[in-house]
Amino acid sequence: MKQLKSIGLWVSLLAVAALGIGPIANHSASLRETIYIIMQVIVLAASLNILLGFTGYVSFGHIVFFGLGGYVGLYLINAQDWPLWSAALAGGLASGLLAFLLGKAILRLRGAYFALATIGINEAVRAFTNNFDPFGGPIGMTLNFKVYNSYGGAANALWMAYYAVFAIALLAVVLNFVVKNSKFGLGLMAIREDEGAAEVMGVITPNAKTWAFVLSAILPGIVGTLFFFKNGHIEPGDAFRLDYSIEMLVIVMLGGQGSVLGPILGAAGYEGLRNYLLTSPLFKNIQLSVAGALLLVIVLFIPAGAVGWLRRRVPIFGKVLA
Amino acid sequence: MTVLLSVQGLTKQFGGLQALTQITFDLPQGQILGLIGPNGAGKTTLFNVINGVYHPEVGRIIFRDKDVTGMKSYDLAHMGMARTHQIVRPLNELTVRENVMVGACFGRENHNLGKAAGIADEVLGFVGLDSRADQMAGSLNVAQKKRLEMARALAAHPYLLLLDEVLAGLNPSEIDGMVQTVRKIREQGITIIMIEHLMKAMMNVSDRIIVLDYGEQIADGTPHEIANNPRVIEAYLGDSSLANQLLEEE
Repeated sequence: MKQLKSIGLWVSLLAVAALGIGPIANHSASLRETIYIIMQVIVLAASLNILLGFTGYVSFGHIVFFGLGGYVGLYLINAQDWPLWSAALAGGLASGLLAFLLGKAILRLRGAYFALATIGINEAVRAFTNNFDPFGGPIGMTLNFKVYNSYGGAANALWMAYYAVFAIALLAVVLNFVVKNSKFGLGLMAIREDEGAAEVMGVITPNAKTWAFVLSAILPGIVGTLFFFKNGHIEPGDAFRLDYSIEMLVIVMLGGQGSVLGPILGAAGYEGLRNYLLTSPLFKNIQLSVAGALLLVIVLFIPAGAVGWLRRRVPIFGKVLA
Repeated sequence: MTVLLSVQGLTKQFGGLQALTQITFDLPQGQILGLIGPNGAGKTTLFNVINGVYHPEVGRIIFRDKDVTGMKSYDLAHMGMARTHQIVRPLNELTVRENVMVGACFGRENHNLGKAAGIADEVLGFVGLDSRADQMAGSLNVAQKKRLEMARALAAHPYLLLLDEVLAGLNPSEIDGMVQTVRKIREQGITIIMIEHLMKAMMNVSDRIIVLDYGEQIADGTPHEIANNPRVIEAYLGDSSLANQLLEEE
């Protein structure tokens, strides 16, 4: 049983590694940019999975943690001359702190009310940054390009950001696996299945939910800093995009919520599809509608996502896929 | 005999509805207390109040010499109170073993996963679900789900077990099995309060019975006393003297 479970972890890590090796092997900058986005989406989806897949809470505004992390990180690099790594860590911690403060308040809400509250928070933080002068208000912040010099020039810095996001994607997968197979994770899944029953059995639900929320916020904050460091510019409209939030939900559900491999399959599959749609003359303007339609199909026909479908169809996967 | 649970003047209202009025009793350790009454009498509400799901307007609950009025259900679970639900609440997408592990992990003894898995297998053997351990809880039938509820509660190794209609919906042979199980639980030294509609089983298994009617405690005594109490007969069958009177007038 134990061995079979860890096979699932290795399958997931190998899948991420196989994706990530490509650009490194043939030194292709354009492939690197494509895979960078997939890695970032894996991190975001795997993080959301802790809340959505394990705990059963739907967050429509999860991108707020990505945006806030980006803002805090970029501010520290730009205005306080922090090195990238500590700035990224601070971005992650800032997001975790926001989740902690919000957790106790909005995690009392259930179902649709919680989902609405998360949208509200995303919009509130966006409005705040729009009016917060140290963060540049509506214009945002542009990275001082001299910063790249301390990382061996812009080209080098982009590779470095890629290695970092690659490593964090692997970390996100390990985090999913560890949470899923821990006592804490068992408590979260009990909450997902029946919060009242979990409480009666002794799960301290307010604490468990808050920590799940915090865990699901930290890595998005870190990759937020990395992304906007690479991007060189951040503004409210780019940092808190509600459509990205919704895409994340689609990705987790496409891959299979509550599984470790799911967010990886979902991220690779969805990003592949999106790249096709964006370059196809027929679909390029309606790619979000396709995402919406996809979500509808998943919810109606394969609620367990790709991983759930595979588990059901191929019995051996039922034991192996984490 | 030490008192495990003391309920003092418990009153609960839902809006204008008086769900419980001045419920008072002491439960000594090791006793099986039966709770009966017509539908809507407030039996499950009383469980919910004792268990911390609802908080009473008036009254106190003393559990193991500590005032637990207003505490959350998870605090009470940690102190050694466990319950089953009248309408079963399995964690459908988790296996039967994982369901029971939740009870062992987060209940009184606060075990880690490895130890909890051991306890889960032991308890599943005790309630006769060991062959189903790796199945999803959602795939069990009703009788099995009732046993699962029981197993989850027992896995916490509670001092007090609240059983809410574990016999309802079972066929006669399943009922016999369940009654045996309840007796075996008591032999382990666990104090039990059980709600049940099946009088025969209840008379058999309880040491003492409390009768509720419209949220009021109308009788408290041994099964024999209860069976002959005129107020109880009235609550269940209507006013017997009035019935007799009407018959005589005919």
